[in-house]
Amino acid sequence: MDVVQVEHLSKSFGEHTVISDVSFSVHRGEVLAIIGPSGSGKSTLLRAITHLETVERGTITIGGIRLVHDGVYADPATLRRALLQLGLVFQDFNLFPHFTVLRNVTEAQVRVLGRDRARADEVALGLLDKMGLAGKASAYPGALSGGQKQRVAIARALALGPQVLLFDEPTSALDPELTHQVLEVIRALAAEKMTMVVVTHEMAFARDVADRAMLIDAGVIVEEGPARELIENPRNERTRAFLKRFSQPRGP
Amino acid sequence: MWKLLGQLLEGTVVSLEVFTLTLVFAIPLALPVALGRMSRNPFVRAPVNLYIQVMRGTPLILQIIFVYFAPYYVLGLSWGEHRLAAVVVAFAVNYAAYFAEIYRGGIQSIPKGQWEAAKVLGFTRADAFFRVIVPQVVKRILPASANEVITLVKDTALAQVVGLAELFRVAQNASARQFSTTPIFVAGAFYFVMNWVVSEFFVRWERRLEYY
Repeated sequence: MDVVQVEHLSKSFGEHTVISDVSFSVHRGEVLAIIGPSGSGKSTLLRAITHLETVERGTITIGGIRLVHDGVYADPATLRRALLQLGLVFQDFNLFPHFTVLRNVTEAQVRVLGRDRARADEVALGLLDKMGLAGKASAYPGALSGGQKQRVAIARALALGPQVLLFDEPTSALDPELTHQVLEVIRALAAEKMTMVVVTHEMAFARDVADRAMLIDAGVIVEEGPARELIENPRNERTRAFLKRFSQPRGP
Repeated sequence: MWKLLGQLLEGTVVSLEVFTLTLVFAIPLALPVALGRMSRNPFVRAPVNLYIQVMRGTPLILQIIFVYFAPYYVLGLSWGEHRLAAVVVAFAVNYAAYFAEIYRGGIQSIPKGQWEAAKVLGFTRADAFFRVIVPQVVKRILPASANEVITLVKDTALAQVVGLAELFRVAQNASARQFSTTPIFVAGAFYFVMNWVVSEFFVRWERRLEYY
């Protein structure tokens, strides 16, 4: 079954069309990489799936629950239920600075899922351990490196047991060596067959870790296919032009 | 001299009553005002905006006079000897407007990503506001709030305009009786000590929130 299903999605900011009739699905257990130039609409697409942006037209189904059907949004209770099926990792982490690392990972478990605190702590400590952050539970986000913050954010999203994890350029705010830490965590999750959608500029990572890749430009899907094939042998002219800019940094 | 200090202390108690009751009412009242000021509905926003403009745009001393005398002239009802109550109403309504603007600045300074993270994690809007946003707002608005509270200590002197025997009124009366300015300068020292306590309180509170 498809975990996320997007049909004929369109979104514009005023006159400017950002997403234009986009349809695709995310299959259970796969990693889908979304690539494309800046301003192509790929982040907006992710934000539409997580209801951080509203769309004018189209249908989004998450874990079998309709978030929006032909541009009409579900009632608030259904919306919340649909959104609980997914986790989102932001480019700039958005950790809660006034909570410890542990509390960042437990708060939603307690408030939203109604778990008791002992159980929530257990889940959180297990995830932090997996993220290589076992010793950081009582630290505040302000004391962490960017790579550590992003791993806490991943643990925070996973703590609610989502069916799919969405990443919005998870390494764009990080130094290269910190990027590596975060990509390793995503790679490990992929090995466990976690369903993931990753908007990224890391082409080598997309090629090696993603099962499928999708190139978005000017709000439309230009090309879609097995990740390695799309990135190594793109068929479409626009895909080729885009990937060329990545492999050959502009020189003098 | 001891008699004077005793009188000034009595006046100080009245000033502290005005001070405390104003904060008790203004601090919570300012929250719905701030939210109304940020409302997307113009029928909510416009009247709230007008209220803030009037409170900030006219002298507090005039507002105290208005609250004390308007009910009598309009409705024939008098506050009578409940001068303190009338003064507290005027102060609370005035200070709520200032606090509301401080809250608004604080709330709007929190990055949008905090709301978004809370929403995606499934928090209700109320939970997101009170558990994620407000604690961060408190830290940011402490310096501005300290200013406001210190001003309030000194503004309590305006309560004498409707005959409330607060610290400054008591000191002025004593000065007049003794043909001496000493009592009002002693009262000045009292205000200074009260504000030293206030600012010490805020310094400690800020220090407590320095952990993040």
